[in-house]
Amino acid sequence: MDFFLEVLTGGLLAGVMYSLVAIGFVLIYKASGVFNFAQGAMVLFAALTFVSLWEHGIPFWGAFVMTLLSMLALAWGVERVVLRPLVNRPPITLFMATLGLSYVIEGLAQLLWGSQVHGLELGISDEPLEVGGMLVSQFDLFAAGVAGVLVLILSLLFNKTRIGITLRAVADDQLAALAVGIRLERIWMIVWAVAGFVGLVAGLLWGARLGVQFSLSLVVLKALPVLIIGGFTSVGGAIVGGLIIGASEKLAEIYLGPLIGGGIENWFPYVLALLFLLVRPSGIFGERAIERV
Amino acid sequence: MTAHAPLLELQHISLSFKGIKAITDISFAVQQGEICALIGPNGAGKSSLLNVINGVYQPDEGVISFNSKSYSRMKAHQAAVQGIARTFQNIALFKGMSVLDNVLTGRNLKVRSNWLEQMLNSGRAPADYVSQRIKAEEVIDFLRINQWRNSIVGTLPYGLQKRVELARALASEPRLLLLDEPMAGMNNEEKAEMSAFILDTQREFGTTVVLIEHDIGVVMNLSGHVVVLDYGKKVGDGTPDEVRHNPEVIAAYLGTKH
Repeated sequence: MDFFLEVLTGGLLAGVMYSLVAIGFVLIYKASGVFNFAQGAMVLFAALTFVSLWEHGIPFWGAFVMTLLSMLALAWGVERVVLRPLVNRPPITLFMATLGLSYVIEGLAQLLWGSQVHGLELGISDEPLEVGGMLVSQFDLFAAGVAGVLVLILSLLFNKTRIGITLRAVADDQLAALAVGIRLERIWMIVWAVAGFVGLVAGLLWGARLGVQFSLSLVVLKALPVLIIGGFTSVGGAIVGGLIIGASEKLAEIYLGPLIGGGIENWFPYVLALLFLLVRPSGIFGERAIERV
Repeated sequence: MTAHAPLLELQHISLSFKGIKAITDISFAVQQGEICALIGPNGAGKSSLLNVINGVYQPDEGVISFNSKSYSRMKAHQAAVQGIARTFQNIALFKGMSVLDNVLTGRNLKVRSNWLEQMLNSGRAPADYVSQRIKAEEVIDFLRINQWRNSIVGTLPYGLQKRVELARALASEPRLLLLDEPMAGMNNEEKAEMSAFILDTQREFGTTVVLIEHDIGVVMNLSGHVVVLDYGKKVGDGTPDEVRHNPEVIAAYLGTKH
């Protein structure tokens, strides 16, 4: 039983790491109804920029702020060059644009900082901590704390302020949003900047775990089942989806693994997501599409 | 009335799409408080003209004066700030949101509290929320859509959606209301109802209205000023009676009716 709880806790905490990446997707999906393919590249770009600045002897917070500023500049550039010309175009056009954008951002990161693998040591011990007789990773606890704070702030922002309703309006109908005086440019800029910030946080934590390297942009693949289960439009859903994925993949590995051969962990989330698509295509917390025919 | 400067004046507006002329040298003025109808066959450039007025399209040439200020390029946001609200031919509502939320988006520019105050529900935020909500409810009352206020807009029948769109436009307390075929696809009863709402709007709030409508009967009853377009050019401009007897208009548009 203790062993089960330990696996479960470990899985839940690992899931929070997936949630961190998934939140970035939710933000942009909320504002444009589009899966932002470039989110992984943004995570990579942020982590690589931070680590390179830090290695050049800039102190932690200085590097953090400078990276944040570069993510703001990136958001500004994306809005100007990619989003603005595509106002009132169908979502698929925007999606294809983010696909192209992901290569541009990755290329940019490589151009600026090279393609070396960097180690990132945030100074958080990865030594297991004993909590109530269980061994829990300190690093994972820290990541969970960070995710919790992020979710709290974002939920307040989306549920208590008019930014929430404005985002839904923009995602729903850009022409109508313009007509009621919503500044599309500003909204997009804000959302991409916040997504960049979330990408930075995710990039630092994942970078500390895996090392900062180009495969970092692939962690977004794990965010996909998280989003399908939690729903593309809900920050809370991204957390719940992450927890479900994290816990179930670890439990499946331990308990189902021996029965059907190991290595389940890698594909189990996708099977789970597939099942969810059959039963509840909009996810647990996603907005259901309503169409009058 | 005519002693005052007009609320809206278009001077020599031309617009083309990739070489195809949609609007050629159109000028006319809309007085404060009047209901002005734009009529003309399909493709005459009526919707394009509305899009120029509220900044969706930028004209190639010409000047728009609104409220004694001149613009050669009006931006959509700027138009909304200046008090121009509109509805669309194909209904541009936020279909996944409730009627109330849709109407509240119309209050977007009236919100005075900032997002930090809203997040912490402090400062100006609580009073601000109440006042926006009161105004939205007033509009919902005015257009008698109370019973659907919490319905998701996408599930409502077409005629009601048109009314919700009008509600969202009115919620912004516009000085100028642009209505693109507000009665398209409606039966006679619904048309009469919508006409009454438009007249009430003008009478109660003094809102100036520019509308596009194909039903000539409705146009003649509703508006005090009619502008006729054909092939992107203005062919008539005056009171309904003047326009009805204008030979050019009869040839271009009403001709088939005689």
